[in-house]
Amino acid sequence: MSGSAAAAGGAEARAGPAVPLLTVENLTKHFAVRGGWLNRTNGVVQAVDDVSFAVRSGETLGVVGESGCGKSTTARLIMHLIGRDSGRISFAGRLVGAAHGLSRRDLHRQMQMVFQDSYASLNPRLPVATSIAFGPFIHGLGKAAALKRAMQLLEAVGLDPLQFANRYPHELSGGQRQRINIARALALEPRIVILDEAVSALDKSVEAQVLNLLSDLKAHFDLTYIFISHDLNVVRYISDRVMVMYLGKVVEVGPVHRIYRSPRHPYTQALLSAMPSMDPRRRTLRAPLSGDPPNPISPPSGCRFRTRCPFAEKVCELVPPNLLPVEGSGAVACHMRVAGSGHSRADKAVAH
Amino acid sequence: MVDAAVLPADANLVLKRAQQGKSYWRRVWERLLDDKVTLAVMAVLLLLFVMVVLAPWFTVHDPYTGSVLRRLKPVGTLGHWLGTDEVGRDLWSRMVWGGRISLLAGVVPVFLALVVGGFLGILAGYMGGFVNSAIMRLTDVLYAFPSILLAIAITGILGSGLQNTILALTISFIPPVIRISESVTAQTRHLDFVEAARASGARPLTIMRYHILNNVLGPILVYASSLISICIILAAGLSFLGLGVTPPSAEWGLMLNNLRQALWVSPLVAALPGVMIFITSMCFNLMSDGLRQAMDVRL
Amino acid sequence: MPKEPVVTVEHLSVRFVGRHAAVAAVNDVSFGVDTGRVLAILGESGSGKSVTLRALLRLLPPRTRVEGRIRVAGHDMTTLDEAGLRQVRGSKVAMIFQEPMIALDPVFSIGVQIAETIVRHEGVSYRVANRRALELLDMVQIPSAARRLKSYPHELSGGMRQRAMIALALSCRPALLLADEPTTALDVTVQIQIILLLRQLQQDLDMAVIFVTHDVGVAVEVADQIAVMYAGRFVELGPTEAVIGSPAHPYTAALLTSTVLGSAFGKRLEAIPGMPPDLGALPDGCSFQPRCRFADDRCRGAMPPEFAHTGVHMTRCLRVAAHEIALPGPNLGERSEVPTFPSDGGGLP
Repeated sequence: MSGSAAAAGGAEARAGPAVPLLTVENLTKHFAVRGGWLNRTNGVVQAVDDVSFAVRSGETLGVVGESGCGKSTTARLIMHLIGRDSGRISFAGRLVGAAHGLSRRDLHRQMQMVFQDSYASLNPRLPVATSIAFGPFIHGLGKAAALKRAMQLLEAVGLDPLQFANRYPHELSGGQRQRINIARALALEPRIVILDEAVSALDKSVEAQVLNLLSDLKAHFDLTYIFISHDLNVVRYISDRVMVMYLGKVVEVGPVHRIYRSPRHPYTQALLSAMPSMDPRRRTLRAPLSGDPPNPISPPSGCRFRTRCPFAEKVCELVPPNLLPVEGSGAVACHMRVAGSGHSRADKAVAH
Repeated sequence: MVDAAVLPADANLVLKRAQQGKSYWRRVWERLLDDKVTLAVMAVLLLLFVMVVLAPWFTVHDPYTGSVLRRLKPVGTLGHWLGTDEVGRDLWSRMVWGGRISLLAGVVPVFLALVVGGFLGILAGYMGGFVNSAIMRLTDVLYAFPSILLAIAITGILGSGLQNTILALTISFIPPVIRISESVTAQTRHLDFVEAARASGARPLTIMRYHILNNVLGPILVYASSLISICIILAAGLSFLGLGVTPPSAEWGLMLNNLRQALWVSPLVAALPGVMIFITSMCFNLMSDGLRQAMDVRL
Repeated sequence: MPKEPVVTVEHLSVRFVGRHAAVAAVNDVSFGVDTGRVLAILGESGSGKSVTLRALLRLLPPRTRVEGRIRVAGHDMTTLDEAGLRQVRGSKVAMIFQEPMIALDPVFSIGVQIAETIVRHEGVSYRVANRRALELLDMVQIPSAARRLKSYPHELSGGMRQRAMIALALSCRPALLLADEPTTALDVTVQIQIILLLRQLQQDLDMAVIFVTHDVGVAVEVADQIAVMYAGRFVELGPTEAVIGSPAHPYTAALLTSTVLGSAFGKRLEAIPGMPPDLGALPDGCSFQPRCRFADDRCRGAMPPEFAHTGVHMTRCLRVAAHEIALPGPNLGERSEVPTFPSDGGGLP
């Protein structure tokens, strides 16, 4: 190995079972808000701020958070649909966009995305088989071969090619369209599929069918999923690990059962206890949080959650907490969990 | 679930046998068929077009040969059912033969503007940024001139004649076509399926060709068809002013100018070219309205 | 002597008359709501739940045919003329929506909008109305209410706009509140606030509420009674505990199983097979029968009527009514694992 690669450490190493499939480091994206007289920049929306995480091959990473948390922006950043301000993204150990790394075009062969709006995701003027075949076609596969792959994928997602290949999006139901979108995402044979609220707009009965389909496809095609959703029940069902975001920052990440049973960050706790109860005998009596999520244009100093956190103290206002490993695997960004941070509850951080 | 062995052997075969879906254009066509007014108008235009192309079959007299003896015969004269003009030429023949020039001058500029302006507009709308600014600001400069003045200026520099008329009108119509194309493209650009196409790694020109074009063509075509009616009037106007087609051509605007003095003597005959311009322009207008309504398909 | 129910609906049908055919969005729906009680209408998209709600206030587009009896707050809504309807809407019956900007006018401040409604319906002076507006904003827990009176809707956050819309709806102390998916578009932490607020207000004002939603959890949190709607009909209607604990229709049971997902980790979901119904082409017999694993020939024969399952529990499944099948209830246990979150203050607006 060359000297620079050895010096750079694991990031340049080839991917193996120990190296994550996707590594995101210090991802940042701010949007300028223009307005006023000469369309000058009034403020900055800190949509994604210093976000780092990794996705292991074969797992499903669930990403949850409320509006303004930056989960959709993060998805678009790692898909390179919008340019990032800073940060590094590596796929299988190769840096994306770097000279000897992976080009954007090659990244798209490895990573694809399914959007929320099943209707807007399909070109209304093209038959669905053509929409599916478009990706392989422009990457060099001939028209006939691309269409053949489209047919195979139609079958794979449970739609009979004889019935559906020539149909147009407006002739299909929401669930069928979303299956087409999934087929389209799989057409380039990617390793990672990002599902951005992919089942949120579907009826519950159809949602269950599509979730079953996603599990089957994951096993069959050996896929890795990043599943973004606001529905905590669905995320709990489908994820191996869960990442919680708030106002552009990652506040907690960890194995799904640990997150749901003993969340370490106060926001995660609030989020989980805000879910409506399914038991009429035990209704929710108090709302865990008051007010709306604050404006991402001028987020609070220090810990961004402090304005709604019942445990907030002076140190939370002054020092932003870092995302640090926690007992039982995962990480959390909260002063209460770090001994010696200055928070009154910090020394009570108990090992489980 | 999925059995990879159950493959469609030949994708084309499957496509052929697969159930045909109803495309957008097919639905537009079906809606058009329901619209009786637009169908009637289009029939009139088709008839006009056929008559004009097959002029020799529809006329008897030579449109350029006149006889002083037969000047300004009124409508209904034996042998000249629409009368004769101030030099004795048969009006009906001149109208039909002149229709060739008038329609040419009315449709060709719009078609050329569609090709040039459409391409520039879609490019500007998709690329955004500097390319967009450059094209749109250039368009704004041209837009600042009223189209009739622009056309006059160009023909004034280049001289009169059919070719220059068409050139002048084309240049006048390029800016509005750029504007509408850019606007529609910019809207389409942000839809999820375009993002998905970008996410599959396609290059901008490819995306414009496969995903943008077929979605913006509809509104642009509707707009262009509404421009035809204006173009016919402008072409006639230019000829009327002496800047367009020159005598002895039988262009309708020119005929209107020549017959001006005859207005007091034979008003019906003098008004006929104007009536023709009006009918044709109106028909194109109604057709474009009908197209717009048919394309407004609620999905 | 028991009071007359606030809402009585008998055999309500709403048909949309199209060019080629008439589609029955709501078909033979009957129910009643007493004063101070909350009914949730639970259903997926296309089930007809929103249309039912709008039919109560006659807020339907022109080409619709409404049949049946609708009695709201003592008025017969089917025979009322325009002037009468205007009197009832807003004062006796109010409605809140999924999107607050349906109800709020963007060019007036919320204080003005609330005050104007009060003045128009109750004829009091603007001074009195403004004072009431302030009280209402306090009641819906908008912080700094006095300052917010002058705010425009676009200056408020999503949750606050929802509260402003609720304040507007309650301004004339209606006897009945119609809620059309008011929490669907909200974040989960805001949703629970609005749910609790509505519950509180409903109790304080002794107001009847009809709450339309597709979310089972939300229905459980707000309702005394749940009506499950499918393809334009009520397939089940009963007290919340009964409907959730022992569902009496295969669709309800399937909905519950496919909703409570948390405990299903690693297992295959029991998805309801098939597609949502096409109202223009409903199958013969029971509308749910193509997707029902208990369906037999009698189900395919004729649309089952409403059976009284147990006194107050109604079902349209003839097999359940005949006690031939037992439907599984949902697994309600997992929620107790989540630690309750202390919510004592600390929240800045």
